[in-house]
Amino acid sequence: MNDDIPTLRRILKSYRTIAVVGLSAEWHRPSYFAAKYMQEHGYRIVPVNPRYDTVLGERCYASLRDIPHPVDLVDVFRRTADVGPIAEDAIAIGAKCLWQQLGVRNLEADARARAAGLDSVMDRCVKIEHARLFGGLHWAGVNTRVISARRPV
Amino acid sequence: MADRSFHPETLAIHAGQIPDAATGSRALPIYQTTSYVFDSADHAASLFNLQTFGNVYSRLSNPTVAAFEERVAALEGGRAAVAAASGMAAEALALTTILQQGDHVVAASALYGGTVTMLAVNLRRFGIETSFVDPTDPAAFAAAMRPETRAVFAETLGNPSLQVLDIAAVADVAHAHGVPLVVDNTVPSPYLCTPIAFGADLVVHAATKYLGGHGTTLAGVVVESGKFPWDNGKFPGMTEPSPGYHGVKFYETFGDFGFTMRARMESLRVFGASLAPMSAWQILQGIETLPVRMERHCENALRVAEYLRGHSRVSWVSYPGLPDHPQHELVRRQMRSVGGRAGASGLLAFGVKGGLEAGVRFIEAAQFMSHLANIGDTRTLIIHPASTTHRQLDEAQQRAAGVTPDMVRMSVGLEHIDDILWDIDQALERSAG
Repeated sequence: MNDDIPTLRRILKSYRTIAVVGLSAEWHRPSYFAAKYMQEHGYRIVPVNPRYDTVLGERCYASLRDIPHPVDLVDVFRRTADVGPIAEDAIAIGAKCLWQQLGVRNLEADARARAAGLDSVMDRCVKIEHARLFGGLHWAGVNTRVISARRPV
Repeated sequence: MADRSFHPETLAIHAGQIPDAATGSRALPIYQTTSYVFDSADHAASLFNLQTFGNVYSRLSNPTVAAFEERVAALEGGRAAVAAASGMAAEALALTTILQQGDHVVAASALYGGTVTMLAVNLRRFGIETSFVDPTDPAAFAAAMRPETRAVFAETLGNPSLQVLDIAAVADVAHAHGVPLVVDNTVPSPYLCTPIAFGADLVVHAATKYLGGHGTTLAGVVVESGKFPWDNGKFPGMTEPSPGYHGVKFYETFGDFGFTMRARMESLRVFGASLAPMSAWQILQGIETLPVRMERHCENALRVAEYLRGHSRVSWVSYPGLPDHPQHELVRRQMRSVGGRAGASGLLAFGVKGGLEAGVRFIEAAQFMSHLANIGDTRTLIIHPASTTHRQLDEAQQRAAGVTPDMVRMSVGLEHIDDILWDIDQALERSAG
């Protein structure tokens, strides 16, 4: 897994369509928090959860393979043990990145995704990383580890 | 490939601040504002729900204060930090976030007097009990733990006892009982010691002291390691829906900076001891030179300690940087080395021959050493703890805190060492009466 600042910056800059696997429609759930934040910051959110028809104003699909258009990043809010088949689906639909959220660390899925040429991230939150690297998280007193003399553009 | 880990000298200047996006200003702007506009009703709702990060009201967060928070978090090797109006406010912020009625604290007996009062009087009124134990004995911490214990509290270097905490050993005791170790790291500053590296879970600072370094500004800060498992069952406030914040579960939603988010959104927001932007800016000016200043404080203090030890009018000297200090080995292990010797800060204590009266004459005879209640200034400072900083404690509590009637505490400053020694010598001569 490559999760240094330049790699994460590249991933979050280039991949604009995010399939959120396990997205909950309840507003106080972490998956909803993250998806809403990304949607507000210009990303297209594609909910994947058999329990709902729509979430955050977007059509919700039962599985990744049901999505009729390209997906860049597959964002996984599921248990570590369940990530395997999701990784296979991500590879099958031509996604460019497998992203396992906080507390999700399926090493086999990570290896599979890499071997198939995808970027792969584990145990990180898209919202937190976006806020860390593109502004926002530093306002919460978090150690972003960014040391730079470049004015943000 | 991992990101580069920068040295403290670089972090002290850069962490938490990049050039201003709006103006290109290299130096940190002072955002002297109470409030911030919302882009839309939706944006406002997102901010209030914590679904997006941003500023709403300076009691909760402010961009200038945030730079200070991130800088200290970076220097301490922590995950996140939240600032407060003073060191005591930072302690109160940390403790009122962790504790509730019926909880118990195991604390070192050698603590700053104000901290002892907070634990023994103020928090006690709200049904929180504290047991005070010998900070040099990790087994004493273990023996005092109870089922309702929810925190262990100690100072890296006791003020003014200068007793040294074995951070790793006491952290092990705390963790064996599933509770966090909170360490007041004011005296060493993060340059000389980073308690998180030894297992501390929360670090508090009176930034008023060495971090600010110039005796101008009150400030405090709480840093979290990001490693404590708040979901171990003992801290429902971290895992249950927050009644104060629309049912958000802080640990689940924010993970390893969940404690800082909760401290900010539940405690700071409600009790309101917020740090002013101008104050944060001033402290940051001091932090930029923290490494350089601490090196000089340590060099000067060691010279003073060695000088006092040989002085005919001094009965004893205590300085952890002296090789024969009972805990010198621990100091060498835990503190940064300065000039090949263990960096033990600028704080030392000694007894003036002739007891209380001679001590008072010494203090009053000093020419440029300042008699006042503070430590960690560029100026050399002196005080008699038994009659001032620890006056609120009874004699038993004073002795437990390491305070004796003849003790003079000195915070050695950055004046030329020859001048400091001259002032000490002439004041000691006059102390004979």
